[in-house]
Amino acid sequence: MNETTAGPILTTDGIPLKVSLQKAEKRNKIRALLLVTPLLVFILITFLIPIGDMLLRSVDDSYINTVFPKTFEKYQKWDRQGLPSEELYKTMFFEVKEGSGFSIGKATTRMNYAKSGWKSLLKKSKRKFKKIEEGPYKEQMIAIDKRWADMEYWKALGVMVDATTAGYYLNAVDLKYNVDKEIIRQEENRRIYNHTWIKTFKVSVLVMFFCLILGYPIAYLLSTLPLKYSNLLMICVLLPFWTSLLVRTVAWMVMLQQKGVFNNLLVMAHIISDESRFKLMYNETATIIVMTQILLPFMVLPLYSVMKTISPNYMRAALNLGASPLHAFWKIYMPNSVPGISAGCMLVFILAIGYYITPELVGGKDGQMIGNWIAYHLKTTLNWGLCAALGAILLGVMTVLYWVYNKLVGIENIKLG
Amino acid sequence: MALPSYATTGQRVGWYAFLTYCGLVFFFLIAPIFIILPLSFSSSPFFEFTREFMSLEPEAWSLRWYRQMVGISSIGDTTVVSNKWMLGTRNSFIIGLSATFLATALGTVAALGLSRRSMPFKGTIMAILISPMIVPLIITSAGMFFFYSKIGLTHTYLGLILAHTALGTPFVVITVTATLTGFDTNLIRASQSLGADTMRTFFKVIMPLILPGVISGALFAFITSFDEVVVVMFVGSVEQITIPKQMWAGLRQETSPVILCMATCLVFLSIALFTTVELLRRRSERLRGIKLRN
Repeated sequence: MNETTAGPILTTDGIPLKVSLQKAEKRNKIRALLLVTPLLVFILITFLIPIGDMLLRSVDDSYINTVFPKTFEKYQKWDRQGLPSEELYKTMFFEVKEGSGFSIGKATTRMNYAKSGWKSLLKKSKRKFKKIEEGPYKEQMIAIDKRWADMEYWKALGVMVDATTAGYYLNAVDLKYNVDKEIIRQEENRRIYNHTWIKTFKVSVLVMFFCLILGYPIAYLLSTLPLKYSNLLMICVLLPFWTSLLVRTVAWMVMLQQKGVFNNLLVMAHIISDESRFKLMYNETATIIVMTQILLPFMVLPLYSVMKTISPNYMRAALNLGASPLHAFWKIYMPNSVPGISAGCMLVFILAIGYYITPELVGGKDGQMIGNWIAYHLKTTLNWGLCAALGAILLGVMTVLYWVYNKLVGIENIKLG
Repeated sequence: MALPSYATTGQRVGWYAFLTYCGLVFFFLIAPIFIILPLSFSSSPFFEFTREFMSLEPEAWSLRWYRQMVGISSIGDTTVVSNKWMLGTRNSFIIGLSATFLATALGTVAALGLSRRSMPFKGTIMAILISPMIVPLIITSAGMFFFYSKIGLTHTYLGLILAHTALGTPFVVITVTATLTGFDTNLIRASQSLGADTMRTFFKVIMPLILPGVISGALFAFITSFDEVVVVMFVGSVEQITIPKQMWAGLRQETSPVILCMATCLVFLSIALFTTVELLRRRSERLRGIKLRN
């Protein structure tokens, strides 16, 4: 008798209740997970793996090794003192002569990143090598083009020996490997990315700042007005949110161009003369104005939902105790609305740094951000390694911010409308 | 909050200054959208309000760009039918509707799982599921372009539909999870104890209650796909024209006022969708006595 009361409580089928409960808990967990699995797998395949693939591409340097496998094998043994031996020249000769034009062409694009000139050298050599039937090859190759006797070219191959490279990341911050695989600064006229990174951050911070100073008052107004008025005004915030991004960009082009609405109004009001119309379009100003309008709802909504929870009694109490309205606002209302400010600012900043469409359409040359360079390398220069490296850095910044946002606000608290 | 009757002059001035400022901000938000409506009826080939247009002269107003949009334009005596816009509209609807269907199905089921109390790693999984909404489109496009070309999905409708589904699911997950907060799980138990199986419980008990959230999510997913241009540009082929892609091309190359006509149509579409979502949200608030937005 004593034994049964002291022992664990059992369910009807004789299993301890604790075990049985744990089992049920586990079953519930698995059931919940099963419901999420389809979407998780879908997102994994269609979204996460592609992004992972892009990240791998940013360090991948294996292609060239598949085009000149034997050359690179022999190359490892070269002491880098004086020109390579006849043997290495011979291997290179045959791999260039017999390799397919397409794969060599693709490889030379990469080789040109390490030392410009490789592309034309190989193109010329490929054509002339056909006439050479027998060795010794070294002299004949040098006779075709003096560059074969240039140590710099041979040394540059060393940068590409490994199957992975940090070279694209270096390029993305205006650095590069020299032929001896030391990190040096990019040539003066090629330093564009540090400038662009700074500009991207500058534009994002400015957009965030303007969104805050425009969004804070209207969020305050919306949260204090009676519901029937605030619902009406809320439409002004939510409708742009629902309107196509391109439509809004077109609208801004109509507004801001030289003969646009804004300039016309100023001329009509005789504030400016017809000749001195403002250049508001196709520059950084345009990017900032348009992005502010587009991202403003993302600032107002989090602010509004926090301000809604601040009791008006706090302000009344402060005023009652003799604080001036400004003082009461600064000391009481502001600190209470900080969660909304941080959520809104984070969200706007996160969305702003990755912007591509708006700067591309209204930014002109001066308003381009890092997203535009990613697109440029993706479709114009086809330097996909650099494209991936720029994307990876941007993604890294985003992930940190996203993580902070998640800690601060909680991702499940995102609200839409 | 209005001014109390004992407010000083300074306070009054401050209050009205504040209201004016807010009015200007609201104007800044909403005006650009409506400025294009009248301009789409202009006969001028440029995006500008001409003097004749402003003084309401009949010949400055016309429907010629609308005619061109639907594929009828007359140059001289011959009628030229260029239906790029209509082709784009068709494609946009095919891709948008398919992506919406997939996103809604996957997202709703996932939201049901996420709302369970027993859900492990809830925060992490939620962060992963929301990430397509946060990651910049240009990065998503680059990744998809590289990976989809490996598996032969670039230049196909399937590739675009899958990509847009991935972009749309976060919205469905968010809205349905929001609708499920405060969902009375006893209803499920009641249904099961009365003998209904899982499917029947889902369609007869859960679905009618979360339907507003599901529809809102579906509309969000639809507008996301309908408005998306970056992925279409990189993953799709040149022939796969959608409305935003055609607008993009129009802005970069030809700058034709047909864009304004299409933009006007899109504004009305977004007003319609927005109104539907708002009505649904209010209905759901009224029915369940809780507020989703606050």
